[in-house]
Amino acid sequence: MTLRTQQAIPPFIYDVQIPAEDQLYLRLKGHLSAQSIGLLWNEVLERVQQEQKPLIIIDARDVSYCDGAGIGLLTEINRQQHLKGQHCNVINLKEDFQKLLDVFLEDPAFSPAPRPKERVNIFEGVGESFYFFIEHIYQQIVFLGELSVHFLRALRDPLRYFRWTDVWRVVEEGGVQALFIILMINFLMGLIMAFQAAIPMRQFGADIFVANLVALSILRVLGPLMTAIVLAGRTGSAFAAEIGTMKVNEEINALKTMGLNPLKFLVTNRILGMIILAPVLTIFADFAGLLGGAVVVRSFGYPLITYVNQILGAVHLNDFLGGFIKSFVFGFIIASIGCYRGLETGSGASAVGQSTTRAVVSSLILIILAEGAFSIVYYFLGI
Amino acid sequence: MSKQNDIMIQTSQLTMGYGDNIILENVSFEIIRGEIFIILGGSGCGKSTLLKHLIGLYQVKTGQIIIDGDDITLAQGDVLQRILNKIGVMYQSGALFGSMTLSENIILPLEEFTDLPKSACERIAALKLKQVSLDGFEQYLPSEISGGMQKRAAIARAMALDPKILFLDEPSAGLDPITSAELDQLIIRLSRILGITFVIVTHELDSIFTIADRVIFLDKETKSIIAQGKPQTLKQRSKNKFVHDFFNRQVSI
Repeated sequence: MTLRTQQAIPPFIYDVQIPAEDQLYLRLKGHLSAQSIGLLWNEVLERVQQEQKPLIIIDARDVSYCDGAGIGLLTEINRQQHLKGQHCNVINLKEDFQKLLDVFLEDPAFSPAPRPKERVNIFEGVGESFYFFIEHIYQQIVFLGELSVHFLRALRDPLRYFRWTDVWRVVEEGGVQALFIILMINFLMGLIMAFQAAIPMRQFGADIFVANLVALSILRVLGPLMTAIVLAGRTGSAFAAEIGTMKVNEEINALKTMGLNPLKFLVTNRILGMIILAPVLTIFADFAGLLGGAVVVRSFGYPLITYVNQILGAVHLNDFLGGFIKSFVFGFIIASIGCYRGLETGSGASAVGQSTTRAVVSSLILIILAEGAFSIVYYFLGI
Repeated sequence: MSKQNDIMIQTSQLTMGYGDNIILENVSFEIIRGEIFIILGGSGCGKSTLLKHLIGLYQVKTGQIIIDGDDITLAQGDVLQRILNKIGVMYQSGALFGSMTLSENIILPLEEFTDLPKSACERIAALKLKQVSLDGFEQYLPSEISGGMQKRAAIARAMALDPKILFLDEPSAGLDPITSAELDQLIIRLSRILGITFVIVTHELDSIFTIADRVIFLDKETKSIIAQGKPQTLKQRSKNKFVHDFFNRQVSI
């Protein structure tokens, strides 16, 4: 077939004559190729349709070349005539091209398979979406239920139940290797926040209270939240991709037919690893955020000890613990969503990509929702 | 030994499919202990579907599958576990765990279902790999060996718990003729020496005539078994045109 990039293609032209009342004579000339007939395809078909003649004679004596697209035009004219109970004859086509045409003319009604009928009923569409939504919620509840059973069983003999090499691998890959990026992001968060807060506070001579703002924000909210966001994008997505790829490669089926529960072997170890590493990373994140604030306060001319004393005066243990407890929940959310999305992966390489995206988006949404829930609970508890 | 004791797998009136799409209807057959049994048919006729139902990955819609005296269609918990420990499965892709070495792949079920110490598991894994001529590759990752070796390693893993039945899904797919013939010889050797019953999905004619004791032939149109018996007999005597064409590599015009 001739490609668009190729040059100097002889043009395709056509000529229509009406030699008799019931006949249409269509003479084709030049190059019948994908490149040359595109502009005239619809025009030729419309012209043939307009005339409504019982017999169309297509004279191809001047056709110098004919590829699949050219055959497509000839068969389409033939098909349209056939559907109306009328006739079409192609004459004088070169022998090589005629052989190709004959293959398709054996079934004159041949046409591409119609697209599957799309549902247009809006109520049906809404109902179906709602059904899938409920089904999805149900599956998540089942997943959480099974997970709870596994963790309860694990309590009996955690040393034997968990595969500790897998747990420590998660801690190392998700924790140690993510440490630098988490330190950097939280350091910059503390720094940026301190700078932004310093501008209005300076007007009231309250520069030093930047320390209070940074410490409370970092310890209560931003430290655990930023850590969770990095973990969701980095480790949660990796869980979904790993498990999704295993599913596509039939490794999950292999586990099942060995009698090994995928939840126990692939999910519980990852969740435990994440529950261990998220709080530890959060402590590092808190420290980095406070350090970022310290750099700004120090640049205002305050000694470091003043910054530290200001923080110690403003922050209580509950503020730290409030953020610390959140990090366990965030760790659980990220790992369980990542694994769940991995396990529900369909077939094909694109399904792994979809699962990974869903894992990150779902984790972020749930983390923010959990953050909101914590804020409300802490407010009523007076923390 | 009574006839009942000779039967390793007995299926009756199986109907299966995915959702509303029925793939096979009212299928019944028996697999004799120790034989190499092959499931045949054209593309899309339900060979792999049947295999996945036989190994309990999916529930049949109706019917019964008895594996070595246990009904897998109703089995749950410990009973299901007992049945699964009698079978080993080699998937078309091999499905070895990519993050584990060949040895660790085999050790995994051993650690889970036995109280053997780690050193014993390692020794057994090495023996299993030797059985499939992969000795010396214990510490290789699946990605570091060829496709044919991966399939052999997958057979070794499937044999980890000394199963009575091995299910192989298209073992020769994607292999060159020599590697494929080596795999056939391995299957025959394991069947004759260890007495393992093999249930194999394939449409490699050379393999079928080399290894099969008996075959069943599934049909997409009728959603049922259209022929069963010894492959040579079917090739020479089958009156079914599709079966005849299949065995004689002919295209119906």
